[in-house]
Amino acid sequence: MSTLVKSMQSARSKFRKMKDRFTLWLDSGNKTTVLFLAPYVLMFTVFIVIPVLLAIVLSLTYFNGIQFPTFTGLANYVYLLTADDLFMRTIVPNTLVFAIIVGPGGYILSFFLAWMLSQLSPKPRNIMALIIYSPSMTSGVAIAVLWKIIFSGDEAGFLNGFLLNANLINEPVQWLQSPDHLMMIMIIVSLWSSMGVGFLAVLAGLLNVNKDLYEAAYVDGIRNRFQEIIYITIPSIKKQMLFSAVMSIVGTISAGSIGVTLSGANPTPQNAGQLILNHIEDYGILRSELGMAAALSVVLLLVMLGFSKFFSKIFASDE
Amino acid sequence: MQATNFNPKKFHKSQFKFYVFLVPFSLFMALPILYIFVTALKPTDELFAFPPRFFVDNPTLDNFRDLFEATGTGVPIASFLINSIIVTASVVLLSVLFSSMAGYVLSKKQFKGKILLFEINKTALMFVPIAVMIPRFLVVSNIGIVDTRLAHILPLLAIPVGLFLIKQFVDQVPDELIEAAKVDGAGDFYIFTNIIIPLIKPAIATVAILAFQAAWNNTETSTLFVSTETKQTFAFYMSSILNISNSVAGAGIGAAATLIMFLPNLIIFVILQSKVMNTMAHSGIK
Repeated sequence: MSTLVKSMQSARSKFRKMKDRFTLWLDSGNKTTVLFLAPYVLMFTVFIVIPVLLAIVLSLTYFNGIQFPTFTGLANYVYLLTADDLFMRTIVPNTLVFAIIVGPGGYILSFFLAWMLSQLSPKPRNIMALIIYSPSMTSGVAIAVLWKIIFSGDEAGFLNGFLLNANLINEPVQWLQSPDHLMMIMIIVSLWSSMGVGFLAVLAGLLNVNKDLYEAAYVDGIRNRFQEIIYITIPSIKKQMLFSAVMSIVGTISAGSIGVTLSGANPTPQNAGQLILNHIEDYGILRSELGMAAALSVVLLLVMLGFSKFFSKIFASDE
Repeated sequence: MQATNFNPKKFHKSQFKFYVFLVPFSLFMALPILYIFVTALKPTDELFAFPPRFFVDNPTLDNFRDLFEATGTGVPIASFLINSIIVTASVVLLSVLFSSMAGYVLSKKQFKGKILLFEINKTALMFVPIAVMIPRFLVVSNIGIVDTRLAHILPLLAIPVGLFLIKQFVDQVPDELIEAAKVDGAGDFYIFTNIIIPLIKPAIATVAILAFQAAWNNTETSTLFVSTETKQTFAFYMSSILNISNSVAGAGIGAAATLIMFLPNLIIFVILQSKVMNTMAHSGIK
């Protein structure tokens, strides 16, 4: 009996010692640093860094997903620029139109919305900020279902019904299947859902500006609202402006498959809504030309990197 | 000329011009979502009504019943929902934990490669996973998690924006507080759980929301990594009923499903709104 108690006691004290030693090890200097960083860095490396590096490597190969990739140098890029008719004639112009309106357009819109909201009293401001932000919570499929109901092609679709009833059109329009309307609808839907975290950051920045700065500026000769915005407001929230710019680049790229989701077809009707993201999917999944898909991914990543460096320059802080 | 009065306490007639623009604009933003609410509650005859009416006369929950009884794929909807709940809960918990741990160290510790790590993460802020879907698929299939629920969870755990926001927030915690705790004999674990976590709650709430939205709305992992239907998510199931909702008959069911997707996002955001705004004030990129 007593031997059992003794052995249990010794086991317990051994365990305690081990535990103490473990905590000591954890708490000593660098080990905590490593331990605290490890989970994030591991996930970051496996699912972000490696895929990006892999895309760069694969973009220099011919790879069909079955046989081992064969090195082809810059052939994929050359093909994209010179021989891929669809890419140069349709995808690039479509992507430019879409990205310029949704990206910078949405960015400027979000600044002015935040600017106006920041000059209202708290209650109405919070309610309207919530309403304007809420579309960004519906992503991908939910957006598609929602807008498909509104743009439904038969006469009971909301927009068709409304226009028919008002005698503005004579027969229902196939909004989402028509090459003439698809791009415009994609832009409206993307802008509608683009007032996300970046918009909130700018609003929060504006609510925390130093008001003394403004009084002083008017003494120093600022004359109107426009000068005020350019010389004081934007510089004093430029960190939030940069954050918002990066978020708007991400949002614009992520919205890139909206055309396929809305029209329910890849390729979209007469390629009217075909963007670079759909083209990646087209190569990678439908045609199993993984090397080409990777080259497109690299092009897309470079464009994003370029834009974010550009914005970092504009909003470089003095610190 | 008066300087702009940011963050006023009360209404003043000078604010009127902003209302003239913002109220109609907010209505336009809210309209599609309101329309989903009423469509989800419409009985069949009202869905087919011509001309279509915006509001519903005889609200009913039939669409929700039909949605849950629809077994187009042979797998009950509840199964997709449960998967989504498990996946979302895991992603929110783990990604918040990982970013907080890393954020604390990145802000308050000195180590080799610290600046490099922060710079890489800052560049990754603009990373869009879907841009590298093919290499991602190759990674996922090589680490052997294809067709498991882990394939929904692991790829979503590293959220560069999350680490960024938390790091910026930990920067606000005074070093003296941590030094004082160390003098009292506190280790890193104690400091992390008892000092840092309580002080960065707003940032944690924000990252939780972002993780929630990423996981709950996620369809890519089901499309690319998981083909067994019983392991797919609710958001993915929605895309399979997209084709039904092409017609008006399916609009009611589609609206009901959209509502189930949307409401949790909205509720969580409303609860945590003030914390998010607090975090965003510190969100600037230096």
